[in-house]
Amino acid sequence: MSDHVSTVHTDEQSTTTAAAETRPDEDSISVTNGAEAVVTALENAGVEHLFGVQGGAIMPVYDALYAKQDLTHITMAHEQGAAHAADAYGQLTGEPGVCMATSGPGATNLTTGLADADMDSDPVIALTGQVPTDLVGHDAFQETDTVGVTRPVTKASYFADNAATVGDVVGEAYALAREGRPGPTLVDLPKDVTNGTTDSVPDGPTTPEYHEISETAAESAVKDAIQALSNARMPLILSGGGVIKGDASEELRTFAIEHQIPVVTTMPGIGSFPEDHELALEWAGMHGTGYANMAISHCDCLLAIGTRFDDRLTGGIETFAPEAEIIHVDIDPSEISKNVHADYPLIGDASCVLEQLRTAMDDAPAASQWRKQCQTWKEAYPMAYATPEDEPLKPQFVVEAMDELTPDDAIVTTGVGQHQMWAAQYWTYTEPNTWISSHGLGTMGYGLPAAIGAKVAAPDRDVVCFDGDGSLLMTIQELSVAVREGLDITVIVLNNEAVGMVRQWQDAFFDQRRMASEYQWVPDFATLAEAFGAKGFTVREYEAVPDTLEAAQAYDGPSVVDVFIDPEENVYPMVSSGGNNAEFALSEDQL
Amino acid sequence: MSRGLDGPHPEARDIPDGRRSPEGIRLDPQNGADHERHRTVISALVQHEPGVLSKVSGLVSRRQFNIESLTVGSTTNPETARITLVIEESQPGIRQVETQLKKLLPVISVRELGGDAVRRELVVLKVHGEEPDKVHAITEMYSGTILDAGPRTITVEITGDEQKIDDAIDAFAQFGIREIARTGQTALARGEVWTTDAEEERYERTQTNDSQ
Ligand SMILES: Cc1ncc(C[n+]2csc(CCOP(=O)(O)OP(=O)(O)O)c2C)c(N)n1
Repeated sequence: MSDHVSTVHTDEQSTTTAAAETRPDEDSISVTNGAEAVVTALENAGVEHLFGVQGGAIMPVYDALYAKQDLTHITMAHEQGAAHAADAYGQLTGEPGVCMATSGPGATNLTTGLADADMDSDPVIALTGQVPTDLVGHDAFQETDTVGVTRPVTKASYFADNAATVGDVVGEAYALAREGRPGPTLVDLPKDVTNGTTDSVPDGPTTPEYHEISETAAESAVKDAIQALSNARMPLILSGGGVIKGDASEELRTFAIEHQIPVVTTMPGIGSFPEDHELALEWAGMHGTGYANMAISHCDCLLAIGTRFDDRLTGGIETFAPEAEIIHVDIDPSEISKNVHADYPLIGDASCVLEQLRTAMDDAPAASQWRKQCQTWKEAYPMAYATPEDEPLKPQFVVEAMDELTPDDAIVTTGVGQHQMWAAQYWTYTEPNTWISSHGLGTMGYGLPAAIGAKVAAPDRDVVCFDGDGSLLMTIQELSVAVREGLDITVIVLNNEAVGMVRQWQDAFFDQRRMASEYQWVPDFATLAEAFGAKGFTVREYEAVPDTLEAAQAYDGPSVVDVFIDPEENVYPMVSSGGNNAEFALSEDQL
Repeated sequence: MSRGLDGPHPEARDIPDGRRSPEGIRLDPQNGADHERHRTVISALVQHEPGVLSKVSGLVSRRQFNIESLTVGSTTNPETARITLVIEESQPGIRQVETQLKKLLPVISVRELGGDAVRRELVVLKVHGEEPDKVHAITEMYSGTILDAGPRTITVEITGDEQKIDDAIDAFAQFGIREIARTGQTALARGEVWTTDAEEERYERTQTNDSQ
């Protein structure tokens, strides 16, 4: 039907300037071609850093960056790294992280990172080169249908086919990436479009007018929800990643404390409520604490904010919070009753709705018995681990030791696997935006590039990457970037010479048939780090842990600590997939 | 067992008895909610731009919505097109289709049409031509039109609601249906009601533009 329409932008879309926040100074800014319009759109949006890899089809855009003083480009080793770095940068700054790649393999390499950002609702904008429009569809050199490939894993993928409007398309993609529920967007840029002549200076970032987001929930719905919450005897707050993205941690804390309601978080919500507070039950789900999972299973009213009820959180839907009325606050209406039925849907921005709830709620629920019960669970299911003399170093100890050494606002990034779970369980997160991980997609290799993006976004904060030997090997080439850029990050490899999480599942569910999970041999990560120009350390004994971690942290530049941990150590508690959260196993014989 | 954590065994714990349905609805014996699938019509007003159809069909396949038909066509406004979906889903499933569609950038407005919506489908079918008089008679019975009649084949067009089309196909089956093409349903809200939210405003805007 519509394939005859020649521009991505209808007039209507490009004239919606009412909400433009940065109006370029028409006198001082001029452009001569599409690539300059693209770069101007980024400048209008206030972009400072870009992460990318050069290549044929994107060269005009790089050329337009050449003379730009206000834009810093960080050349990554691999496009996947560029996307993950942009993702972490976007989370920490709250503004879309920018990544760039050429057509074909550059764009497909980016895709994993975009899918990761999509699952975790992280603001990212990707700019990809494309073959010239007259070659599109002819299987030209390095041609991939990038829009087609990325559409299912982005909020929107644009094919820009006009130099005069390309800057506005980039502005719209930028605005959309951060608007409402954040996510990745992509603009595919054919070379003839970026090289094409235009003097059309783009406006500031705007989204189409009909695409509205409601910030506050309907007052009547708030009233009903408050009624349910006030009448609850076993109320619980479930704080998701949306609380952090919506900058609502402060409001959440105030609300929970004022009404003395215990708080569990999701994994992406780690840090949204201080884990050292007496109301904190830490995070729930497959490897969440026993007390969080008991509380979520028994509560009679669950105030869930900014969570999409992922199956790793809920376990089997049939047994998830089976006795609770659910109040679901989310900015994305499609999340309401998608996985778990919401008795009281509140559509709006987390901080606005929390403020509405606070204003409307007079009486705290009578929940002193319940709080006592939660406390009892805390005592019954401690996260205490044993450190027997005759067993190798325990990873939990390493996580705790590093936590001791670093300030509260230190940022932790991770790969995916057991090490990720230990880093989440044994580090005490007290501030939002201190936990940066790959949740929904579970992307091994996320940790190191994310640490790079985090350090660029927050140069004054400590950045620690807990990685697995398997995960690190997927993106270790990015160490070259950390060295080149002089980024002071500490990578701690919890080395079990295996893809440990897989090994754990094989032991539990595949009769200990350890197929393709033990490496037999792994590289010497300390030497490897030195080869990259970073500082390398190796640790095997408890005694050496604190000093080595301290030395690594003190080193001014990227360092890698290869910690040989007990290869047989497993992550507990564990709810088997699709299982009942209340039936979490504390050891293998309970699975 | 040295590896693992302390605490009561799952069997020694207090495990709640409550349950939810597969749709995540709390099973409350007092008000057993209805999760039956219904067939319903969803209308979407969309930007008339490249790729909008593939965005919508991609969404439907990715989210595994049960879809009977999807039609698309232009409107009087060159900037917009209308997509009509017939789906068979439970109530939460229908809400998912609506809210997920609304998130697609080119989708302007979406609504589930009521049971009284005006719905039509068109079918073109080609039957063997051995009994032209009988074919004519049946065509007339269904107020259809003969589009082409040759010595071996007759092609007819029938328009109507889904039931009528199904009946007509049954009736033509006696001649042997060689080929068939159905358009799928298209629909508008009945009477003065606008089919989706954005229609009225857009209609008024085009009227003002026309008069300028
Ligand atoms: C890209 C990718 N490939 C495969 C997997 C499947 N997977 C999940 S966890 C895991 C083990 C990861 O091993 P490692 O990084 O060494 O961490 P460990 O579990 O040993 O701490 C694997 C292979 C994945 N999550 N991501």
